[in-house]
Amino acid sequence: MDSEKRIKLLHLLHENAKYTDEMLATLLDEEPAEVRAAIAEAEQSRVILGYSAIVNWDKVEGNGVTAVIDVRVTPQREVGFDAIARRIYRFSEVKSVALMSGAYDLQVVVEGSHLRDVATFVSERLATIEHVTGTATHFLLKTYKADGVIFDDREDEKRLVVAP
Amino acid sequence: MSAFEGKLSPLVEQLAPSGIRRFFDLASQMDDVISLGVGEPDFVTPWHVREACFYALERGYTTYTANAGLPALREAIAQYLETFDLSYDPKDEVLVTVGGSEAIDLALRAVIQPGDEVLIPEPAYVSYEPCAILAGATVKKIATHAMDQFRLTEDALRAALTKRSKVLILCAPNNPTGAILDRAALAQIASVAIAHDLLVISDEIYAELTYGVRHVSIASLPGMKERTIVISGMSKAYAMTGWRIGYATAPRDVLAAMVKIHQYTMLCAPIMGQMAALEALRNGERERQAMVEQYDQRRRFVVKRLREIGLACHEPQGAFYAFPDIRASGLSSEAFAEQLLKVERVAVVPGAVFGPSGEGFVRCSYATSLAQLERAFERMDRFLNS
Repeated sequence: MDSEKRIKLLHLLHENAKYTDEMLATLLDEEPAEVRAAIAEAEQSRVILGYSAIVNWDKVEGNGVTAVIDVRVTPQREVGFDAIARRIYRFSEVKSVALMSGAYDLQVVVEGSHLRDVATFVSERLATIEHVTGTATHFLLKTYKADGVIFDDREDEKRLVVAP
Repeated sequence: MSAFEGKLSPLVEQLAPSGIRRFFDLASQMDDVISLGVGEPDFVTPWHVREACFYALERGYTTYTANAGLPALREAIAQYLETFDLSYDPKDEVLVTVGGSEAIDLALRAVIQPGDEVLIPEPAYVSYEPCAILAGATVKKIATHAMDQFRLTEDALRAALTKRSKVLILCAPNNPTGAILDRAALAQIASVAIAHDLLVISDEIYAELTYGVRHVSIASLPGMKERTIVISGMSKAYAMTGWRIGYATAPRDVLAAMVKIHQYTMLCAPIMGQMAALEALRNGERERQAMVEQYDQRRRFVVKRLREIGLACHEPQGAFYAFPDIRASGLSSEAFAEQLLKVERVAVVPGAVFGPSGEGFVRCSYATSLAQLERAFERMDRFLNS
């Protein structure tokens, strides 16, 4: 499979990980065996790290709280931000960590059952890590769009049923 | 009885009622219909285009425009058409119309004299024949065949010519068959057109929707620009059907004649749509390509599934239609479509609607989501094989 098709394959899986190998082969004009091999290779090389559903958690009762935390850190000689990021992302409460340009250095997304859990995590775990110089916590109130998917304004079919 | 009884135009009375209308009425009364019968994109116009329209309204763009269209839009169209090796002067060789449909009407009315013959390869888009009749022409249909992938051949064109033949209407990529005309096929048609002084109206509304091949305009061939009116628009490539923005490009003398009709009948295309079209042409490339990619994926799925359920289908290389052969079912195209709709609630369009050569085939549009297509083919499989 050529590199262009490999990228298309990843986009298709990202759009819908439930596509069968046969469907992917049809969409890409490839053989199913080629698709299986390309997926296996992507998994092996950790280009594909897993498969998950896009969930609108706002509609799930009893769901907890999510906070986006801006973290300022002092980079360390030779390892830069990586060592400190590693210390942060190993906490199970942390859903994502990204190095950012701009006013802060790391963007950390944390999930907890209650506001108190997140507050405790930030004050007792995150803020106390050596080289962390400051945090700003923003609680997520509502998700409108995530990962390219709009959550709440499904556009109904407006076309005529049959048209020339 | 109204005072109009017996006073309607004979030309209008001559027009056959649309064969699609009956299916529309039938399908509209049913629930849970999966429609493969829609001749327009399932995508909503890209947001940046819609947003540009809001902005234009906020700034007070609510007026008439120049008859031929906003100069900036005509310039953008001329520049865009260079992609297809076409060169037109935006000042007097480009006309913005109310959809490609108006451009077809204008083109025919600008050139037809009573008794002129218009050649229409069929199966064909349903508007060509009525527009030609309303313009005062007689219509001569040229049959195309599945074995030629529904492409007009040089021999068929030559055989159809008479002394009165004046205009040839081409539609490639084709509605309803999805066929394209490559450079070699177009060169053969062009040689006949030049030898017999035929004018060509080339409907290229699906030009951007080709798969694995690049669209070639007949007007880009030597000796053809001066005898061709190219018609296209924003509807299909940019998912802008409801905006009604099309355009025609042609030599300045015939374009001036078209503008003359347009200015007295339509005056101009709506300015909001023109502003949106300008945004689409300037900044819509990425979203257009993403839509084409999705059509291409669906095309492969549809052709594969049609063949799997036992319907022969040539490989469409353009537009968003497959045109499978349903003769093995033993049904006429109309009976097939009607039964499929009533039994399994899948709407397709009978091929006969598009001309006699469409009999034995149905048009399946893949301008619908992959999930819907999967469901539609499960139902069609059940209809045919259980």
